[in-house]
Amino acid sequence: MTTKVRSRRLTLALDILNHGALILVALLFLFPFFWMVSNAVRSNAEVLAIPVRILPQEFQWDNFAKTWSELPFGRFFLNSMVVAGSVTVITVVVSCLAGYAFARLKFPGRDTLLLGYVGTLMVPSIMLIIPLFLIVNSLGMVNTFQGVILPVAFGTFGAFLLRQFFLSIPDSLEEAALIDGASRLRILISIIVPLSMPAIGLLSLFTFIAQWNNFLWPLIVMTGQENATLPVGLTHFQTQQGTQWNYIMAGAALSMLPGIVLAILLQKLIYNSIALNAGMGGR
Amino acid sequence: MTLIQDTAVATSAPAARPRRRSGRREGRTAFFFLLPSLLGVLLFLVLPIIASLALSFTNWKLLGKPAFVGFQNYIRLFTADPQFWTVLRNTLFFTVEYLVLNIIISVGLATWIASLKRGQRWFRVVFFLPTFTPGIAVAIVWMLIFAPGGFFDFIMKSLSLGVPNLLTDQTLAMQAVIIVSLWANVGYNTVLFNAALDMVPPSYLEAAKIDGASAWDRFWKIRLPLISPTLFFGTVMTAITSLQVFDQIYVMTRGGPGNATATLGYAIYQRGFQNFQMGYASSIAWVMFALIMALTALQFWLQRKWVHYDN
Repeated sequence: MTTKVRSRRLTLALDILNHGALILVALLFLFPFFWMVSNAVRSNAEVLAIPVRILPQEFQWDNFAKTWSELPFGRFFLNSMVVAGSVTVITVVVSCLAGYAFARLKFPGRDTLLLGYVGTLMVPSIMLIIPLFLIVNSLGMVNTFQGVILPVAFGTFGAFLLRQFFLSIPDSLEEAALIDGASRLRILISIIVPLSMPAIGLLSLFTFIAQWNNFLWPLIVMTGQENATLPVGLTHFQTQQGTQWNYIMAGAALSMLPGIVLAILLQKLIYNSIALNAGMGGR
Repeated sequence: MTLIQDTAVATSAPAARPRRRSGRREGRTAFFFLLPSLLGVLLFLVLPIIASLALSFTNWKLLGKPAFVGFQNYIRLFTADPQFWTVLRNTLFFTVEYLVLNIIISVGLATWIASLKRGQRWFRVVFFLPTFTPGIAVAIVWMLIFAPGGFFDFIMKSLSLGVPNLLTDQTLAMQAVIIVSLWANVGYNTVLFNAALDMVPPSYLEAAKIDGASAWDRFWKIRLPLISPTLFFGTVMTAITSLQVFDQIYVMTRGGPGNATATLGYAIYQRGFQNFQMGYASSIAWVMFALIMALTALQFWLQRKWVHYDN
């Protein structure tokens, strides 16, 4: 009896120790976020001061507002929103249509085409950068929003993802609507899409984040500073003489904010989608 | 019985023709549904792939007319270009070290998190956070940490470890790039492997425990084999992305000091968009593609030795 109590106490102690150690690791892991904010709210002279100070002597919280007013980070933020938002909307609409055709409509060569779609996922994006730029250039769309949005809005992953999800929806729901004479488009919009919100949400989330974080493509296409997205804008101030590190850190924090908020709010959705990958890895 | 069958035949016979017509109509609907996607894929995926291959056999420099030069770009890459072998070596060095560390750390963290009785999801979120943030912002923050006289140097000095500044050291600069890449990306695999561990039936582990298997044995002989398909998936995907590494290098080192951190991804950017050697840069891109294919094929070949598929 006493040994049982003792062993239970021991496991409890080990449990607390285990948690405590991982909390320590997690805090160390979070340090760069802390360092970013800590340097964002101090004067530029203090960023570069030696020896290093962990906390600012004086918190200048208005640095965040200044990145907005004194540097065009507000504009960059807006540009990023427009680019990531547009790519997401186009991707979702185009993928819904294509995914439905693959899942529900019979046409010659369907399986071959689907295989081709999946095959293109293997192609590294950096390989396409040069010909894509040349295409955008020949269309006269360098330094335009169409130029940065359109070439990345037709990925094949979305069509494949939504096809898989549409297949899990029972046919019977549509058959009744078909007999009533509803068009396929009507069915897609009013039956399939509402039922597929988890998958569409997932596609939107990952598309938006991928484009929000995208760097190389907007760097190449958006040649004018006023059209830069946030990641590109951040690097513009890197080389300028008298780099204002505090503002850059504030800008970096600003650019990380949407991703951090979404990762925390939608953690369940993200976990489930990655768990799906983990499960599919077993196939 | 026969009556029902007869009527069934009777109704299905005239329905055959409309069905064929509806089949053609279905084909037309499918065509319109697929059209936007197909146009996009043809223009922004298929055409670029073909164009990229064609370009790699030309000497096009954006201005002027491209001329067909056969395999000259490739020959120059492997025999004459003084930088190329360094770039290739850097890329492979980065990929191997980063891949090995990424998998070890993420499996370690995933197992650690799985051992917790509560709060698993919050630890998952913490380690996942950087993967959802712009790689450029991450690299800029780390550049400040690694800056001469910055936080990293301060710690090294306080511990009197005598480590030189990472970003300006020929041999250590790549280590800085690897640290940043690990911090930025290890969270995805951590969550992936943690999810796979969650799917291991607890009864297997219980049974092994009753049979006297130690925690160490349970990890190596039960959990790891059971998650090996996911481990394989994670390894393949991580290898593909790491061969393309670019963002961190662009921000932190620009391939330097010297050529110490110049990788294939950076070389494509440099040749293509700083020197405007579109043809030459395209040939580097195809070398990268070949490397990705080769590494993926190698992993698929190796998987027979260590991946256990259930059913």
